[in-house]
Amino acid sequence: MKLDKGTGRQGDKEKGRQGKSNAVSLSPGLLVSVPLAFLLLFYFYPIASILTLSFAPEGRFSLAALGKLIRTPYYLQTLWFTTWQAALSTLLTVGLALPGAYVFARYDFPGKSLVRALTTVPFVLPTIVVALAFTAFLGPRGLLNLALMDLLGLDRPVLDLQHTLTIILLAHVFYNYTLVLRIVGTYWANLDPRLEEAARMLGADRWRVFREVTLPLLSPAIGAAALLVFIFCFTSFGVILVLGGPRFATLEVEIYRQTIQYLNLPLAAALSVVQILFTFALMAVYTRLQARLARPLELRPRRVTQRRPRHWREWLAVGVNVGLMLALLVTPLAALVERSLTLSATGGVSLAFYRQLFYNPRGSAFYVPPVAAVRNSVGFALATVGLSVTLGLMAASVLDSRGSARSPRPRGLRLRRLLDPIFMLPLGTSAVTLGLGYIVALDEPPLNLRTSPLLVVLAHTLVALPFVVRSVLPALRSIHPNLREAAALLGGSPWRVWREVDLPIVARAMLVGAVFAFTVSMGEFGATSLIARPERPTMPIAIYRFLGRPGAVNYGQALAMSTLLMLVCTLGFLAIERFRVGEVGEF
Amino acid sequence: MKRKMVFALIGVLVLTACWPGPAVPTEVPVPVPTTPVQPRKVRVMTHDSFDISEETLAAFEAQYNAEIEILQAGDAGVVLNQAILSRDNPLADVLYGVDNTLLSRALEAGILDPYDSPLLAEIPDYLELDSQHRALPVDYGDVCLNYDKSWFAEHGLTPPANLRGLVQSEYRSLTVVENPATSSPGLAFMLATIGHFGETGDYTYLDYWAGLRDNDVLVVEGWEDAYWGQFTYGSGGEGDRPIVVSYASSPPVEVYFAEEPFEEAPTEAVVSESSCFRQIEFVGILVPKGAQNRDLAEAWVDFMLGTTFQEDIPLHMFMFPANQNAALPEVFAKFALIPEHPAEVDYAAIEANREVWIEAWTETVLR
Repeated sequence: MKLDKGTGRQGDKEKGRQGKSNAVSLSPGLLVSVPLAFLLLFYFYPIASILTLSFAPEGRFSLAALGKLIRTPYYLQTLWFTTWQAALSTLLTVGLALPGAYVFARYDFPGKSLVRALTTVPFVLPTIVVALAFTAFLGPRGLLNLALMDLLGLDRPVLDLQHTLTIILLAHVFYNYTLVLRIVGTYWANLDPRLEEAARMLGADRWRVFREVTLPLLSPAIGAAALLVFIFCFTSFGVILVLGGPRFATLEVEIYRQTIQYLNLPLAAALSVVQILFTFALMAVYTRLQARLARPLELRPRRVTQRRPRHWREWLAVGVNVGLMLALLVTPLAALVERSLTLSATGGVSLAFYRQLFYNPRGSAFYVPPVAAVRNSVGFALATVGLSVTLGLMAASVLDSRGSARSPRPRGLRLRRLLDPIFMLPLGTSAVTLGLGYIVALDEPPLNLRTSPLLVVLAHTLVALPFVVRSVLPALRSIHPNLREAAALLGGSPWRVWREVDLPIVARAMLVGAVFAFTVSMGEFGATSLIARPERPTMPIAIYRFLGRPGAVNYGQALAMSTLLMLVCTLGFLAIERFRVGEVGEF
Repeated sequence: MKRKMVFALIGVLVLTACWPGPAVPTEVPVPVPTTPVQPRKVRVMTHDSFDISEETLAAFEAQYNAEIEILQAGDAGVVLNQAILSRDNPLADVLYGVDNTLLSRALEAGILDPYDSPLLAEIPDYLELDSQHRALPVDYGDVCLNYDKSWFAEHGLTPPANLRGLVQSEYRSLTVVENPATSSPGLAFMLATIGHFGETGDYTYLDYWAGLRDNDVLVVEGWEDAYWGQFTYGSGGEGDRPIVVSYASSPPVEVYFAEEPFEEAPTEAVVSESSCFRQIEFVGILVPKGAQNRDLAEAWVDFMLGTTFQEDIPLHMFMFPANQNAALPEVFAKFALIPEHPAEVDYAAIEANREVWIEAWTETVLR
C-alpha cells in the first residue's frame, strides 16, 4: 500500500539532464538575488551591526557573555523550557487543527469562509487584549467559572488557570490554529481523493489509509505548518509574560529583560545568538527531511475533491470541528465584542464607546481618528502583502528543489539547502535585537530609514516572508515536472510556463501566504513596536494607547477599537480569499 | 519575455518602495535654515505615553516658525536605550521621558548636553536631581497602592492605610502588583518598599515581600494586566483583587474618564508616610552630531517647562506639573491626593543596584 517513493526521484534525475538544454531561461541566480539582497540589507546587516556592537562594549570583541550563558544553569533551564513548551504547543496545535483541516479540505458547507476567516482573527490581536479576553472567559470570575460554579453549586472558582502552563498552551493553540488549518487545509483540498478510495477498495481500513496514504502525502504541508508554529512558540513573548506570569521565561523574554531593563547588551546578544543558531539548526534539519518528503502529485481541482456532507456522520464531523473552532477561538473574541457593547455602570447595551472613538474631547495632538487608524493599518498591511508575496514567490521558485526547466540541478542543491533556513531566520530572531539593530545600522544615507514609515513595511515583510515561502513551497514542489517539461517542449518561454503551469497550482497557496502577510502586518509583529516613528498610528497602537490609562471610557474604547480591528481583518481575509489571479482560482 | 518579467518585478518593487502615499515624507532631509519662511524642525524622542493638546503644540510652532516631530518608541526604558545606542548619530534633538529610575544611566552615557533654562527658577529644588542641568524636571507622578472603595465598603473591611497593612491576614489574596523586572510602576513600587523598609535591619524590604508572598500577593507582568485584568474596579468585574499598584493620579483620571459623572472618586490612593515612590520625568538636549538647531531645541525645552505646556500635562499625561505656577485642572485639584512624603531612594543608587535588587526580589517573591 505504500506509495512508490522512487517515482519522484526518477523524474528528478531525468529532469536534471534535460534542464541543461533549457538553461537559456531566467537564471535562478538573478531570481534569488532580489530576496537575498533584501535579507542582506534589512536583516543580516542590522543584526551583524548590533551583535558586533554588543560583543564589543569597550571596543574589544569578547565572547565572555556566551561563556557565562553556558555556565549559568538558569539560562540552560530557560532554553530547555523554551524548547519543550514550543514542542508541546506545536503537537497540541497540529493535533487539534488536523481534523479541522480535513473537514475544510473535503467538505463544502455554509459559512465555511467566514469560519475560516474568524479562526485567523486571533493572530492579529495584541497579547494584552487576548489576556483580557481569556480573563473574561476563563478567569476566576470569568464566564466559564461562573457557569461551572452555578452548575455545581460551589462558591469558589473551579478552574484556576491563571499563570499556568495550561493557559500558555491554550493561548498558543488559540493563536496558531489557523496556521495549520490554512496551510494543511489548502494543500489537502487538492490531493486526489481517488488515491484514498483505491486504498479503501483494496481493503485497508480508514486508519490505515490515513496512516499510510494520506499522512505521507500531507507531510510536506504538515511539516511546513508545524515548523512555523514551533518557531512562533519558540520566540513567544507576550503570551509567556502576560498569561504565563512571572515564573515562566523564554529566551525572548530574557533578551527583552536583559536589553531593556539592564541594558546588558553582551548577555542579550549571547541569548540572541543562541536563539538564532537554534532556529537555523532546526531549519536545516527540517530542510533535509522536507527534500526527502516532497513528491510530485496529481493535484485535483477543488470542485472534484470537495462536496457537501451527505451522511449524518459527515455532518457530525463538520459540526464537531466547527464547534471546536468556535468554542476555542471565537468565544473569547465574542466576549470582547460583548464587552465593547456593554456599559459597565448600568449593564445596558450601547454603541457609546464606538461613538466616542470619533471624538477628541481634550483636543489631543495624538488623537487617532478610527478612520486614520484603519487606513494606516491597512496601508501598511497591503504594502507588506505586495512586497512579501513578490519576494516570497521569487525565493520559493529557487528553493523548489526538484527544480524546473529553469534551474540546473547539481550546483544548486547545496546552495538551496543553505538558503531555505536563511529565509526563515527573521522569524526566529528576537524583535528587540533586530529593532536595536535598525537603530545602529540604518542611520546613514542612502539607508537612513530609522524614522521612516518604510521601515515598518520592511520589518513586517521580514516576518511575513517565511510565511509566504512556507505556504507556497509545498504546492510548488507538488507540481509534476512533466507538466513543466511538456510546456517547455511545446515552446513555452519560462515566464509562460510559470504563468500557465505553476501559477494556477500555486495560486491558492500564494493567497494563503498573502493572508498571513496581511495578518502579520495588521498585528504589528516583529521589531516595529521598538522603532521610533513619527505619527502614523495603527490600530494596535491606538488600542495600547487607550489601555495605557485608567477610566472606564478608555477601557471601552480599547475594546471598541479591538472589535474594529477584528472586523477589518475578517473583511480583509475574505477579500484576499476572493481574489483571483487571472482565470486562476479553481485550484 | 524574460525582460518583461524583470521589468514587472522591478515595477512591483518600485511601487512598493514608493508607498506610503503623499502624506508621508519617506526621506527627511536635514533642514537647512536658508530662507526664514521655511519652518525649522525640532525632533523630540519620547515614550508612548507622551501626549499634549494640538493647541499647545500649534502655539509653539507658530511662535518659533518651527515644526515639532515627535518620535515615539515603546516605554521610557526602550527610548533611553535607543538614544544611548544612537548617540553617535542621534535620532532626535531632544529627549523627553527619562525618569529618576533611569536618570543615572542617561547621565553616565553622556548623551545629554547641559542647559540652564531660566524656567528652572519656577521649579522646586527637590525635583532638580541633576545639578549640571543636563536633565531638567518636567513632571512627576507617584506610584502608590490604589484600592476599590466600593469593594471595601461591601465587604465591611477597612481599606489599607499603609504598606505594612498588606501583610496582615485580613488582606490575604487582595493585592496585585507588577513585576519590577518588566514594569516601570512595578519597579517604582519595589523602590518604595526599599525606601520604606530599607535594605538592612530587623525588617528589610525583602522581609516585607516575603510577608506579601505569604499573604498571596499576585504578581503580573505589567500595569495593563494588573489594572484591567486583575483589579476589581478597573476590569469589567472579572478581576478579584481590590488593591492594585497604580498612580496617585489614577483616582482623578477614573473620574475624568467615567461613563457617568461621579460625585467622588471610585478608587483611592494610599498616600501615607513614605508609601509611594515619586517618578520624576526629565527633558534634556541630546548631544548633537555636528551643527543643530540648538536655539530651537532650547526654546522647546523652555516651552515644556512653561505654564502653557505644564498646565496641559495632567489631562494628557496624567502626571503633575513640575512648575509651581502651573494651575491644576479642577478634577485633579478636587480628587487627587498627593503624598506629602514619598519614600526616598537616591537615584544614583537605583542604577547601581537595579539588577541586584530585582534579582533579590525575584528570589524572594517568585522562586
